[in-house]
Parts: sequence; structure tokens; C-alpha cells
Amino acid sequence: MLKDITLGQFFPGDSITHRLDARCKLIIVVLYIAALFTANGYVSYALVIAVTALMIAVSHIPLKSLVRGLKPVMVIIIITAILNLFFTTGTPLVKLGPVTLTKEGLVRAVFMVLRIMLLIMGTFLLTYTTSPMALTDGMERLFNPLKKIKVPVHEMSMMMSMALRFIPTLIEETDKIMSAQKARGADFETGNIFQRAKALLPLLVPLFVSAFRRADELATAMESRCYHGGEGRTRMKQLTWAGRDTVALLLFFAFLAAVIALRHFGL
Amino acid sequence: MTPIIRAEALQHTYSAGTPFEKIAIDQINLDIQPGQLVGIIGHTGSGKSTFIQHLNGLLKPTSGTVYFDGEDIHRSKEATRDVRFSVGLVFQYPEYQLFEETVYKDIAFGPKNMKLPEKEVDERVKEAAHFVGLSDDLMECSPLELSGGQKRRIAIAGVIAMRPKVLILDEPTAGLDPAGCRDILQNILDYKHETESTILLVTHNMDDAARLADRLIVFHSGHIAFDGTPPEVFSHTLELLEIGLDVPQAARIAEALRARGVKLPESIYTADQLRDAVLDAWKGAGAC
Repeated sequence: MLKDITLGQFFPGDSITHRLDARCKLIIVVLYIAALFTANGYVSYALVIAVTALMIAVSHIPLKSLVRGLKPVMVIIIITAILNLFFTTGTPLVKLGPVTLTKEGLVRAVFMVLRIMLLIMGTFLLTYTTSPMALTDGMERLFNPLKKIKVPVHEMSMMMSMALRFIPTLIEETDKIMSAQKARGADFETGNIFQRAKALLPLLVPLFVSAFRRADELATAMESRCYHGGEGRTRMKQLTWAGRDTVALLLFFAFLAAVIALRHFGL
Repeated sequence: MTPIIRAEALQHTYSAGTPFEKIAIDQINLDIQPGQLVGIIGHTGSGKSTFIQHLNGLLKPTSGTVYFDGEDIHRSKEATRDVRFSVGLVFQYPEYQLFEETVYKDIAFGPKNMKLPEKEVDERVKEAAHFVGLSDDLMECSPLELSGGQKRRIAIAGVIAMRPKVLILDEPTAGLDPAGCRDILQNILDYKHETESTILLVTHNMDDAARLADRLIVFHSGHIAFDGTPPEVFSHTLELLEIGLDVPQAARIAEALRARGVKLPESIYTADQLRDAVLDAWKGAGAC
């Protein structure tokens, strides 16, 4: 169960997508999402799907891993589909007792499901091809202007990279404590919701204790190496904006413009 | 005598069907007789931790069978759950699993899960605390406030309190000071003598393994490399060093002396044996 969590996972590789600058990829994802939510006709959806397919092909990420990322949101996708199918007014297609299935409902359900799936796949492509370090660096640089109005951009991105760094550690720790308590006869799988919630106590208490201990140790380790926040810090890996980044960015601006134009013509 | 634990053609593959696929243990066949103290050695990643987690049903074998007292431990869900009470497993650094408000309650967690009557739970908690040398005045303290060594004892008591027939300890002395190590190992020996239970001790310390175990099993890359009494296993000093394992210091010194041409008998692994053998060799050479 815990192994299905793909959040923040990074697949190392050497595709063009991997080599693009993190800042460029972040802006591209914003443009992509904007295009996705602008699209509202068959032609514009086809264009978005084509661009997504191209992105996946270029990134060399196996489609299987992207589809696996959809698993946790399957419930949301199904509920969205059902709500749109039966609660949209329009030309009726089939009548099933009190509910009617309309042509508009069908179209809208397909569009909504596609939109959620594309949204998740597009954003996962970013985390799959960008190392967490590069990602937080990119964010810090993009939000840099906010420092002028005293937003602690560096501290926030530092916290984010640490949080991402500790996800696998905590998952491993959870697994370990679960096994240890199971060895003493703890039962996490049966019983009603109250019994199950109570059964989690032997897992959560040690997990919190160890999370605080780790946080404390990390803070000590950082302080003993004289960490003092963002002022005057240099980086080991500098982000470099190359020609391909400009080209990629321009392509996606063109893509967004095309989708807006298509919407204007109602396609 | 039926073996208390028997593993037949045991195999376990992690992340099967993904690029990260890894065979952790492969075709393990093993019988463990009741009352033995078995030392399990092998370096990190040799499969020993995966192996011990199969013995109480925490991991399900990819193929093969584990028998406890002659019966398949995965024959039903209830059987798998019950075998956890008969085969107690103390993980590495077990102090991180403590969670209750008091030491007493934490030790009672296992027996309570067995659905035993209150009186019996109380009896077992006191007995287990006695085995690991925890004094009565600690029973109402919070386990999280105690020292590392005491936490370790509480965690071990928590497993002993289930009165398992087989007790498996994964490096119970890791990270303790020498006095703490000695005490805990002595507690384990006393426990074994008083209850006549079977003990499996995973350890990196070859001197401990040589001194305590009746039988040693050496794991290497998912297979059993050696299996036998300490004299048998430590007669393979060179092979053990070759697969990256340590040998007792006495065995290493004996090997070095042999390499310099001193005639010493095979299978020397304790300081006493080495002293006697060196004295004999000295007399034989007529040096005095």
C-alpha cells in the first residue's frame, strides 16, 4: 500500500525534458495547466492530448509509471464522471428510472475525466523528470522577486526540499514500526473504523517521536555547519538557462495561444 | 524430534515485475531443532533480515513454505496471526517501537493482543521485566524518558512477555556500550536456560557468535554459505574473510601464525583455545 505513493518521485534520466532548466519546466507546467483549462472543444482537446503525448514521448518516461500515478485519484475521477453524466441537462439519450443520461452530460463527463487525467499526468511529468533539489531551486529563483516584500522565499524552499527529502525516510520508518508492532500481535487490517483508528496509535506515537528526533538532529547538524539562511549563500549546482529552454518556452506560449484562439472560434 | 522451524525451498523476491526486482533469499532449506541457540551471521544485504521475517509470517514467501512445529504457518489467516505469538521477533533498534504511557503498559501490549485474562497478563509482564533486569520502580515511568539501554530492555521484555517458543533477536546489542552488551546477552542466556526456548540470534559480533551459539548459519547473497557448529564454521577462516565477514580475533591470530609457519590445529576461535594451542606448539618445537 505504502509503495504506491509516487508523490515527489524522481526517475533519473538524460532526455531533453530531464535536461531542461527547472525554472523553464515550472513555467511550462503553468502554461500547460492554463491551456488545459482553456480548452473546451473537440479540436482543442485533441491538441492538448497531442501535446501531452509528445511531452511523454520526449521525456522517455514509461506510460505505465504515469498511469500508476493516477491510481490514488481514481475515486475522484469516477465520482466526477458519474456526477457529470447524470446531472447535466440537455437532450436525453437514455432514461433509467429517475435519472436521465443526456448527450451533453456524456460529452462533459468525458471532457472532465480527460482534464483531470491530463492535469495529473502533466504535473507528474515535472516531478518525474526534475530532481527535488532542482525543483526547489527553480521555485526559489522564480519567487525571488517576492524577497523584496519580505517573503522568506529561501527558507520556504529549504523547508520544501527537506519535506520532500524525508518522504521516503518516513515511509520506510512507518513500514518498520508496523512490522515491529505486528510482531507483537497488533492488527491493522480488521475491525470497524473506531477499532482501526485505535489500532493506529502504536504506529503513530513512535512515528511522531522519531520524526521530532530526526528534526532535532537535522537542525543540530545544520547549525554545526553554520547554516544561517539565504543571505550570501552560493550553490553547488547552478541553474543554467540554455537556448533549448527559450525554444521550449516559446513553443508552449504558442501552444497556449493556439488553444485560446480555438476557444475563441468555439472549437 | 520434529524441527520447531523448518524452511523448505524458501524464496523471496522484492518488487517483482519492476526494474527494481531483487531476489533477497533463494532456495533456503533449513531445520531448527527446539532448544538450540542459533547464531545467524552475514553482512548487510545478505538476506538474513528477510529470512527471519519469514519465520513469524511478517513476510510471505514468493515461493516455498515455512513450517512451525510441523505445520505451514500460512495455512490460514488465523494461523499466521497466532504464529507471531509463538515466534517472537525483536527487531533491530527495537526501542523505536515503544509507544505506551508507562513501561508496564508497553510490555503488556503483546500479551493483551493475545486476549489473555488480566491476571495472566500481569504475571507475564512481571516475569518478562524480571528476565531483562528491569526493577519494579521503573514500571510506572514513561518508556520514552529512560536511557537507551533501558528502552532496549523494555522492548525485549515486550516480546518475551508473549512467552514465545522461539525468540528471534536481530542484533540486540547494536549501539550499546560494552557493559550493556554483556548484560543483555547474559539476560538472553538466562532466559534460554530457564524457559528452554529456542533462540535465533542475528549478530555481527563474531566473538559473541563463537561464544554463545550451538550452531551458526552464515548467509551470503541470499544463500546459506555455511551451516554448522562454531568450530566447523570457523575452520573456514579464509572463506569467511573472502565473503567480507569477520572472524573471531583468536581465529584471525591463529590464521596469521599458520601463515608464518607455526603448526596449529584447525578451528581455533576462542582466546583459551589459542593460548593452549600456542603453548603446545611452543613445547613441540622445543623452544623452552
